[in-house]
Amino acid sequence: MKIIVAIKQVPERDAQVRIDGSGKWIQEADIQFAMNESDAYALEEALQLKEKHGGEVVVLSAGPERAGTTIREALAKGADRAIQVEVDDLNQRDALGAAQLLAAAVKQESPDLILTGLQSDDLGYGQTGVIMAELLGLPHASLILHVEKTDTGLTVKRELEEGWFQNIDLPLPAVLMIQSGGNKLRYATLMGIKKAKTKELRKVAAADLGHANAPAAVLEKITLPQKQKSTQIIPGSAKEAAATLVEKLKFEVRVI
Amino acid sequence: MSGIYVVLEDRSGRIGRISWEALAAANILAAQPGTKPNTIVIGAQTEALAKEAAAKGVAKVIRIEHPLLAQYTSDGFTGALDQFIRAESPDFIVFPHSYQVRDYVPALAARLGRVLVGDVTAISDGPVFTRSLMQGRLSGNYKSAGSGPTFISVQSGAFRADADESSVGAAQIITFTPTIDAAQIRTKPSEPFRGAAQTVDLGSAQLIVAVGRGIKEADNLPLVQDLATALGAEIAASRPICDNGWLPIERQVGSSGQTVAPKLYLAVGISGAIQHLVGMKGAQCIVAINKDAEAPIFEVADYGIVGDLFEVVPALTEAVKAARQ
Ligand SMILES: Cc1cc2nc3c(=O)[nH]c(=O)nc-3n(C[C@H](O)[C@H](O)[C@H](O)COP(=O)(O)OP(=O)(O)OC[C@H]3O[C@@H](n4cnc5c(N)ncnc54)[C@H](O)[C@@H]3O)c2cc1C
Repeated sequence: MKIIVAIKQVPERDAQVRIDGSGKWIQEADIQFAMNESDAYALEEALQLKEKHGGEVVVLSAGPERAGTTIREALAKGADRAIQVEVDDLNQRDALGAAQLLAAAVKQESPDLILTGLQSDDLGYGQTGVIMAELLGLPHASLILHVEKTDTGLTVKRELEEGWFQNIDLPLPAVLMIQSGGNKLRYATLMGIKKAKTKELRKVAAADLGHANAPAAVLEKITLPQKQKSTQIIPGSAKEAAATLVEKLKFEVRVI
Repeated sequence: MSGIYVVLEDRSGRIGRISWEALAAANILAAQPGTKPNTIVIGAQTEALAKEAAAKGVAKVIRIEHPLLAQYTSDGFTGALDQFIRAESPDFIVFPHSYQVRDYVPALAARLGRVLVGDVTAISDGPVFTRSLMQGRLSGNYKSAGSGPTFISVQSGAFRADADESSVGAAQIITFTPTIDAAQIRTKPSEPFRGAAQTVDLGSAQLIVAVGRGIKEADNLPLVQDLATALGAEIAASRPICDNGWLPIERQVGSSGQTVAPKLYLAVGISGAIQHLVGMKGAQCIVAINKDAEAPIFEVADYGIVGDLFEVVPALTEAVKAARQ
């Protein structure tokens, strides 16, 4: 099976994000970037499918130069080669604009399967895989925890709300959006990291992938969220704060 | 101007609460032109759903009906709504941000050259749509551009479903029959099933201590377990804790886990991502312990301690034990 995995580089989870001068994005200068969490699960699923059925895992990532470090990480974990769509204004493109770039970049590859993460931890559109499927004319399923190859295609386990699940059969080629938790993530080995340096990373300029559509939705401004409740922050050392909280739980909330 | 349409979702034969929240959002949108929104129900037998919708003070109810829509599939729903939208050219189409909507509306919008503004938490004049960025640490304001319908989906709990407008009377019900061919439906879904047998009922727990990724390792869990024991509380967790297998999935709180409404919800090392919040926002009192003063959990907490849980939790366990003596 030839599997393409779309991976995005996003700010690290604990990064202190600050709005930048344009008011439309965050200050990128002092933050660390990492592989988007559900994309890591998509990569894991792809690597396991390859281990079982053979074939090739190709990493696909759109982003600026720095995204290269995350791509190398995916190669170090075992992906065979990578395609990077070089684009500096990804954050200003809407979900359709971003998916158009990725779909255009994989068209000539004719993969059997395309996997994406469910949602990015930065913009959180959660649409890339579904839109790619539409643009490429392929069937899709989202919120996938488990993938099984069958004689006619795939059986996938899809997460529904409130602890329910569902199996879905679909033919190949197909697009799946992978949810976290279906597998255990692997680490890159030293050997893998060494090997990654020699693997192919093909770069494609966004401009070479056809005309960018005018956006259908524009991110005009980023702000701090509005507080819904007025939280009483309890001051003091750990011990003092704990004592005060217990007083509140006893006399105000009345649960002790 | 051909108005605002809300696509309502069938939840076991009735319209689910978050669909009414989507209608509430549509009412805010509609207030500017001073019109009433229309609603859409989709399926193979939508008569009862349409009746339920017709009593909600809407202008019209559209039944999109076809035998091939009996069960949800992305292909079926996308095809049917695409035909309706091309026929009707609505200005706005509002959806609840359900897992079903996540699965097909981005494709539907793309088919029409449009994009879904998903997970909207607020609507202001413009219209400007607000949604969370960076896992709730920032908000983004979005405007629709270009021509064609604007697609939005509404975050669970962000808009208050109108108490009951059944007094407004029954709206007109119209049936729209799409052309669908069985061969167009490429996925074959099976019946939904539950995961592991549910042995703990977090839903009726009075006190809950919930632990998140701030705990760092499974080996540190006894720290929170001790606090739960001292309080006589059930232990619960955010998704990554269950994903890692540190606690069973039945203890997961959130959109894909359990919904709880205890007297006390003590969140330890949990950032407060929306998918977690929807499961616990109904708690009477929320206490958060987090080292990041800007963690979104503090936006819903009644009391907060900004600090290292490895210092605060043991101190709290001691203080609870002392108070209990
Ligand atoms: C479709 C979908 C469904 C989902 N369903 C669910 C669901 O049902 N339930 C759920 O919980 N999530 C769900 N998620 C995942 C959700 O988006 C978040 O990723 C998850 O809730 C984050 O868990 P967390 O808060 O434990 O971890 P993180 O977001 O990593 O937060 C850890 C927190 O711990 C704090 N911390 C770290 N160290 C310390 C310390 N020493 N002392 C104090 N604080 C510390 C950090 O400041 C941070 O705020 C879902 C996601 C999607 C896309």
